Amino acid sequence: MSEAVAIDSTLQFEIERLQARYVTCIDDDRLEEWPGFFTERCRYQIISSENYERKLPVGVFFADSRAMLSDRVAALRQANIYEAQRYRHLVCATLITSRSGEIITAQSNYQVVRVLQDGSTMIFSIGRYLDRINLNRGQPLFEEKLVIFDNRRVDTLLALPI
Amino acid sequence: MATLDLHWPEPRITRVPYALYTRQDVFEVERERLFMGPTWNFLCMEAELPKPCDYRASWVGDVPVIVTRDENGELHGFENRCAHRGALICVGPGGNGTRIACVYHGWTYDLKGNLASVTFRHGVNRQGGMPADFKLEDHRRRPLVVANFAGLLFGSFAPNPPPLADYLGEEIAARIRRVMRGPARVLGYNSQILNNNWKLYIENVKDPYHASLLHLFFNTFRLNRLSAQGGIIIDSSGGNHVSYSKAASDRASADYSGTDLRAQREGYRLADPSLIASRDEFGDGITLQILSVFPNFVLQQIQNCLCTRQVVPRAHDQTELLWTYFGFADDDEELGRMRLKQSNLVGPGGYVSMEDGAVGNFVQRALAGADGDNELLEMGGREISSQATRATESPIRGFWKVYRELMGL
Repeated sequence: MSEAVAIDSTLQFEIERLQARYVTCIDDDRLEEWPGFFTERCRYQIISSENYERKLPVGVFFADSRAMLSDRVAALRQANIYEAQRYRHLVCATLITSRSGEIITAQSNYQVVRVLQDGSTMIFSIGRYLDRINLNRGQPLFEEKLVIFDNRRVDTLLALPI
Repeated sequence: MATLDLHWPEPRITRVPYALYTRQDVFEVERERLFMGPTWNFLCMEAELPKPCDYRASWVGDVPVIVTRDENGELHGFENRCAHRGALICVGPGGNGTRIACVYHGWTYDLKGNLASVTFRHGVNRQGGMPADFKLEDHRRRPLVVANFAGLLFGSFAPNPPPLADYLGEEIAARIRRVMRGPARVLGYNSQILNNNWKLYIENVKDPYHASLLHLFFNTFRLNRLSAQGGIIIDSSGGNHVSYSKAASDRASADYSGTDLRAQREGYRLADPSLIASRDEFGDGITLQILSVFPNFVLQQIQNCLCTRQVVPRAHDQTELLWTYFGFADDDEELGRMRLKQSNLVGPGGYVSMEDGAVGNFVQRALAGADGDNELLEMGGREISSQATRATESPIRGFWKVYRELMGL
């Protein structure tokens, strides 16, 4: 699984650039653009490593369409109440684990530092991304993004995507 | 027994002193008189101990305990603290075996909490070891009385607790049985840290008044408005409650229209409504049922999304909320899919629950200098009674009545 396949450096660069664009979109609060990183039929889930490893299906958030991701953004903008906050994502150790035509699987470590309006700062989430990416002729999109967090406990609430 | 120097102002039924949320001595007396007193505390689901010799760590208040199913299938519970030097006996979430060994010095316990062995009890090469008069049977862990109600396991440290069914009351018991309609299957867990006193979360659960005002998502999709048909049921003790509603019965209410409530904005529609596709699996049209059992257990049905919530006090200003999502062994694929999608409604990131993770903290942060000041609980009158409206704080008044009795306040 974590064994990297032989990959040319251009592809590695392309995947890392996708991750960088993805997290910057969230950190810059351009959430309306976030669903655009996914294919129309997709799978996105935030789940604890505890549940994931025990093969329990339920996590913190689940979507199986780009429209569900748009609904999440609409709810965060219009409906839900949460204290003003921002994330700073740190992503590293990106490994491409398989390639089949245009479909790539990759894994990365991530860390999310959450900063609240009063400056309170904490490591809010730490874990890994397990991604299935469609290269889509130079416009890569996530067909699947599993956000598997190791820290088990969610402080206060989870509003923004990871 | 510790006594609290705390003044409860009149009229007691509708006033709650803020000092109850900020004082460490209150937290400690609660542990002794509520959690370790004559109450029943949710431990875990029976489905989490499916096989003989399964055991699992849990908490009664913040007191660590172990719940077990022994070789004969009987359920037991006891404190999770070694008789020797006080270490946790079960450090992780649980396991399976006829003995549980403390890692510190290897002392072992059977599944009833009896001390079964002491490493090097008779010494090494006839040197050392325990005194000759040491008796294993003197060191049984403090037991919990464990009772299984419809697949939910409760424990009590009281030697002779009231029968669980009496403690729940007939109506609350019926509402638990309604949800627990078959052998359950755990679908996932979440843990949420609330930076506030545990009672602020319990009050929130027992407050049907806030639901459609704070949680706009509900309101917009007409899952739960106070004008929907529903009501609250409170047991005769006052400590247990049910709030329920039927979304299909919703109708326009003059009390909502014309008001400038944030929760009143209309026009927001889901791009993917499969999120709230649901099935009337209980056959009674009730789409929401929030049930609480004194002191700190919640059973939730929101459409097909079913959860237990265990409210674990960690400090006077910190609480861990443990969510266990479940379905039933006979769920078909479609129902499983519905439960998975509807799980987005609840939990630490849930559309209709995330705000509850923050509002208690908004109270906690406002309490500096509030000693001597009180909460005001007059919505729905000054009584504790079942009502056909949810514009009421009656269940919160009921909680505090039982709280005062047990705390001697």
